Amino acid sequence: MADGDGTRGLEEGSQPALVRFEQVSKRFGDVAAVDALSLDVRRGEFFALLGPSGCGKTTLLRLLAGFEAPNEGRILLDGEDIGDVPPHHRPVNMMFQSYALFPHLTVEGNIGFGLRQENVGRRERGERVAEMLALVKLQGFGKRRVGQLSGGERQRVALARSLIKRPRVLLLDEPLAALDKKLRAETQFELMELQRKLGTTFVIVTHDQEEAMIVADRIAVMDRGRLAQMAEPAEIYERPNSRWVADFIGEVTLIEGRLGEGGTLETGLGPLRVAGGGKSGGKVWLALRPEKLRMSAEKPAAGHHNALSGTVAEVGYRGDVSLYKVRLADRSLMKVALANTSARGKAQFAVKDVVWLSWPHDAGVLLTD
Amino acid sequence: MNAAIKSERSWGRRAVVLMPYLWLAIFFLVPFAIVLKISLSQTAIAQPPYVPVFDLAAGWQGLQDFFARLTLDGYRLIVSDPIYLFSYFKSLQVAGVSTAILLLIGYPIAYGIARSPRGLQPLLVMLVVLPFWTSFLIRVYAWINILQRDGLLNDVLMRLHIIHEPAVWLASDTAIYIGLVYSYLPFMVLPLYATLEKMDETLLEAAADLGCPRWKAFWQVTVPLSLPGAAAGTLLCFIPIVGEFVIPDLLGGSRTLMIGQTLWTEFFFNRDWPVASAVAVALLALLVLPILLYERLQQRQLQGLR
Repeated sequence: MADGDGTRGLEEGSQPALVRFEQVSKRFGDVAAVDALSLDVRRGEFFALLGPSGCGKTTLLRLLAGFEAPNEGRILLDGEDIGDVPPHHRPVNMMFQSYALFPHLTVEGNIGFGLRQENVGRRERGERVAEMLALVKLQGFGKRRVGQLSGGERQRVALARSLIKRPRVLLLDEPLAALDKKLRAETQFELMELQRKLGTTFVIVTHDQEEAMIVADRIAVMDRGRLAQMAEPAEIYERPNSRWVADFIGEVTLIEGRLGEGGTLETGLGPLRVAGGGKSGGKVWLALRPEKLRMSAEKPAAGHHNALSGTVAEVGYRGDVSLYKVRLADRSLMKVALANTSARGKAQFAVKDVVWLSWPHDAGVLLTD
Repeated sequence: MNAAIKSERSWGRRAVVLMPYLWLAIFFLVPFAIVLKISLSQTAIAQPPYVPVFDLAAGWQGLQDFFARLTLDGYRLIVSDPIYLFSYFKSLQVAGVSTAILLLIGYPIAYGIARSPRGLQPLLVMLVVLPFWTSFLIRVYAWINILQRDGLLNDVLMRLHIIHEPAVWLASDTAIYIGLVYSYLPFMVLPLYATLEKMDETLLEAAADLGCPRWKAFWQVTVPLSLPGAAAGTLLCFIPIVGEFVIPDLLGGSRTLMIGQTLWTEFFFNRDWPVASAVAVALLALLVLPILLYERLQQRQLQGLR
């Protein structure tokens, strides 16, 4: 990863993918849950499959685990086609969204289940279970029944159970969805730490874009069975490749227009200065993230900045930041986020205030799709 | 106003909670007290055929008299006469064997139903219960017809050249087992189906994911999780079979004497109500023990799961 973004092609060449989906399709009746999808997961990375519910991300994970068989295409693990390998022979393990802990077994029994299948001796099993309990910080919980655990503790047991066989890929299906927000945030960092410590390849499925961006090295954004974009989190956030991705990840304002001469965009709000070219005359959209905008009461001095005036229509106070919706001359709404730096705990602007919005010409991204 | 609603609701609640107790009191405790009392009486050629008779008009003195005349003779008899011990033992044996057969046949049926397509399951469950739509007695008489010397079973077996002359089915233990297993199968299948049906299928996926092939997952996950259903089905079959009267009487031979038949003989043939009642009370005591044991086991398991 030290090579940076520019040499990614080379990097892929020198280090073959650990998991490779080649033109994989999976249909349920008439519905294509996964549609001719190809993607690579690199060895040792934390990879996220992100998308709205029903986009096929869980199906993709289940294809990898072996619970579903693809209708078309190949799934390669370490260069080997694993299409015919049943789930119990695949060197991958999964942590289920519902955790799927065995209610008739103790914590130890659950964590050691995988080793028992391989006839690992009682002594070694005990040692490795203890190791896992320490890893997920559940020492002393071994003899408890699963029913006596809290949600967070169950989550850790499920994690330990899926890691004890040292899988080549760990699959995590919405692993944190059942936790409350605070615990989820803590657990996200613990997962990252764990992944770094073990060096295991993690593939996580989530519908929570914030979670994906926090934990993952790379994200594959999925939409209706297809890959919308696959890149590092910052790349996806700052340079989405379509309006759909821009809108799905975080907040965004889209301004429709046509490219004119010399880096201008002709819009309903007048000409705007933009960075990057493209052939003039084509229909494009300018995507602007709310935190890239500045908002002021007075008109800012002219320069490289674009400036528009409008009226505050809505204020969403979130504590650290406030999200404003500002109505512009053409009645459209623009989203602006301002950090609440003053300690007086009030948003800086109120509804009906007349304000000026400004942004540097290179603050947005031009999207053609 | 709020308090009014609250008290009204608690009244309604109390009435609801009271219902099962009331039911138990009227239809179980009171009759049981009467049976218990008769079991401590002595036979007499009278109407009713035992003494002492409870007489409220006699007052305090009469009550003391009444208690003084109760005896344990009935119980002494059933312990000393081997015929009672023998029929208790026979009942337990017949109930044990047929419950084991029921479990062996009922489990695959329940498992099959639970694994069939969702839409088909209500139909299959209905088919299991379907025999109940015909009177129990008629079904047992139908078995007499099937099992008799020139009955359907011998006919089929002879046509298939499995046997060459009619076999004797009726009036044997085999006939009793056939009748019992046939009649009690739904009581085994339904509770098993109920536990198997609500089992989380992702548990089997989790087992497979951890390297457990399907057949092994059945023994390591499905079977342990269906034990409560198996225990419920076992109790639902075992307990009534121990006291079963109609099936052994109609299908069994005269040599097979289950406790239900002994009881019937004492009541209607010997007209010895005290001994018959003592037999009934002893049978209840014999069955209550395993039930209490089961309850405690289940309590512990519930605590584990919750």
